[in-house]
Amino acid sequence: MLIRTDNITKTYMAGTVAVVALDGVTVDIGKGEYVALMGPSGSGKSTLMHLLGCLDTPTSGRYWFNDRDISTLDDIELAHLRNREIGFVFQSFNLLPRLSARANVQLPMLYAGMPVRERQARAAELLEMVGLKDRMTHNPNELSGGEMQRVAIARAFANRPSVVLADEPTGNLDSKTGVEIMRIFGSLAEKGNTIILVTHDQAVAGHARRIIHLADGKIVT
Amino acid sequence: MRLVELLRLSLETFRTHRMRSFLTALGIIIGVMTVIAIVSLIQGMNYEVEKQISSLGSNTIFIQKFAFGMGRLDWDEINKRPNFTMDDALAISQLPTIEKVAPSRSRSIGKVTWRSNKVTNVDMSGSTPALAEVGNYTVETGRFINSDDSLRRNQVCVIGGYIVDNLFPYETPLGKRLVLDGKSYLVVGVLARKGSFLGQSQDNVVVVPITSFEKDFAPGRGFGELMYSIAVAAMPKKGVPIEKAIDDVRELMRRRHKLGYDKPDDFGISTQDTIRDIYRNITRVAYIVMIAVAAISLLVGGIGIMNIMLVAVAERTREIGLRKALGATNQDVLWQFLLEAVMLSLVGGAIGVALGLGIAKVVELAAHLKAAAPLWTILVGVGFSAGVGIFFGIYPASRAARLNPIQALRYE
Repeated sequence: MLIRTDNITKTYMAGTVAVVALDGVTVDIGKGEYVALMGPSGSGKSTLMHLLGCLDTPTSGRYWFNDRDISTLDDIELAHLRNREIGFVFQSFNLLPRLSARANVQLPMLYAGMPVRERQARAAELLEMVGLKDRMTHNPNELSGGEMQRVAIARAFANRPSVVLADEPTGNLDSKTGVEIMRIFGSLAEKGNTIILVTHDQAVAGHARRIIHLADGKIVT
Repeated sequence: MRLVELLRLSLETFRTHRMRSFLTALGIIIGVMTVIAIVSLIQGMNYEVEKQISSLGSNTIFIQKFAFGMGRLDWDEINKRPNFTMDDALAISQLPTIEKVAPSRSRSIGKVTWRSNKVTNVDMSGSTPALAEVGNYTVETGRFINSDDSLRRNQVCVIGGYIVDNLFPYETPLGKRLVLDGKSYLVVGVLARKGSFLGQSQDNVVVVPITSFEKDFAPGRGFGELMYSIAVAAMPKKGVPIEKAIDDVRELMRRRHKLGYDKPDDFGISTQDTIRDIYRNITRVAYIVMIAVAAISLLVGGIGIMNIMLVAVAERTREIGLRKALGATNQDVLWQFLLEAVMLSLVGGAIGVALGLGIAKVVELAAHLKAAAPLWTILVGVGFSAGVGIFFGIYPASRAARLNPIQALRYE
C-alpha cells in the first residue's frame, strides 16, 4: 500500500481553544489510484492533504508512506520525501513570478541535485507533456490561469513522484479551463500515476475513480 | 543544493530590486570606502614622513629651548628660559662623547633676487661647516660654507636647487651675487636636491655662516627671537650609544644653567625617534578615528541589511513555503537568505574598496602624496563586509528557515 493511515488526529490550538481538525482518520490509498477527497470547508480535507503530503505531522495515530513510518523521520528526511515522492498542485498555482515556466518546473529537480542539462531537458519534456512546449521561456505573468496551472502540474511531476496531491486545482479557473485541467489529470492517471484531488466541487470529484467524503474531521464514506 | 545554484539564487535579488539593494549596501559602501581611502592616505603620508625623518640622520641629537612634542606648551615659561649661545654649542662640542656639533639659527626671508629674477619665502639657516654632515647636506657644485667664512663673517651663501631653477635658469649660479632681503651675498655652492615633502619644495633654502646671520638677519626680540634662537644639532662619537650622549648633554646643560637637582630641564632634547613617536601618535589618533567611523557605518550598514532581509523574508513567505513543499530543507532556505545578505554586503564592500582607491588616487594627484593601499586593507575591507553580512543576515535567514511550510503557503 502506498499510503496507509491508522486513526490519525490533528488538533490545532486556536488561541486557547483546541480545534480538532481531524478526528481519527484511517485510510488506505494504493499505487495508481485516482482519488478525490471531498467535503465542505472545515471538514478537514486540507489538513488531511497536508498530513498526507508530509508538510505536517499528526497529533496522534500513525501514517505509513511506502511502508515508512512518517513519525520516525526528521525534518531533512521529510524534505527529501516531499522532494522525491510527492508532487503538489495548488489552487493558486504558486509559481515563482520572476522565473520562467521552465525554471519553475526545474525547482524540485534543483533541490534533488540534478545536473543542469538533465534538468533542462526534463523540464522541456514535462512542459511538452502539458502542451506548453512553445511557452517555456515565458514568465508566469505572461501566462493565462490555465497555462499557469499546467506549469504547476509539470512541476509536480518533475521528480517522478509516487503521488501527486492537488488542492482545488480548478478553484481559480473558469469552468472551461477547469475541464481542460481535469482532462490532463485524467490522462496522467491513466498512465498509472497516483493522484489525490482535494475539492469541494462534486463535478471535479466526479473525474476521480474513488471519492472519500470527509465531514467534521471524519471519513463518512 | 549546490553552491553555484545558491549563488545564482542570491544574485537574483540584485536584478529585481536594484535600487533597494544599492541603498541597503550604501552603509557598507561608505564604511569600507572611508577605511580604504584613509588608510591609503595615511600610508602615503607615512612613506613621505619616514623619508623625511630618516633624512635627519638616526644619530643626531637636537638641543633647543623646547623639545618637539605633543600637547600644550607653556610659552610663557619657555620665553623665560635662557637662550642657547654659541658658548653652549662650543661646550657641547667639547664633550668626550660628542663628535660634532652644528649650531644653527633659521628664519624665513621674504625675497631673494638676482637681477630681475626673484624667489619668495625662502628658508634661511645660519650655521657652521659642521652642518653639512650633521644636517645631511650634500654639495652638488662649489663648496659648503667653511670656518674661514664663519670667522670673517663672509657674506657668502650656499643655495638649494629651487632657487637655482628660478634665479639662474640659463647660467651657473657660482660666483653670482644675490640680494637676500637687501643684503648682498656671494653664491659659493649649490646643494644637492632633496625633492619635495607634501607638495612643498625642500630646495627653497639658503645656508649662510651663522656669524653673518647674526649680523644681517637676527630677528628682533619677542616671539621671533624665541623661535629663531640657536638650535644645536649634535652627533655622538662612533660607538657611543645615543642615550649616553643625551645624558652627557643634559648634565652639561643643567650645570651651565645652574639648575638645582629638583628643577626640571629648561631646554629640550629631541632625536629622530622622538620625532617619529610624535608622528606615530598623530597617526594613531587618525587610525582610531577611522576605526570608529568604519565600525559605526558597518554597524549601521549591517542593521540596514538585517532590516531589508527581514522585509525580504516577510515578502517571500509564500515562496519559502513553496520551496519547502517542493523539497527545500531548512538548511537550503537558510543558505539562500544568508548568502543573499552576504552578497549584498560583499558587493557593497567591493564597491567601497573601488571608491576608496579612487578617492586615494584623486588625493594623490591633487596633493602629490604617494597614496598606497596595502593589500591587507582591501582584504580586511572585503572580509569585514562579508562578516557583517553573515552576522546581520543569520537572524533573518534562520527565521526564514524555521517557517512552518503550511502557514507560509497560506500567507497573504
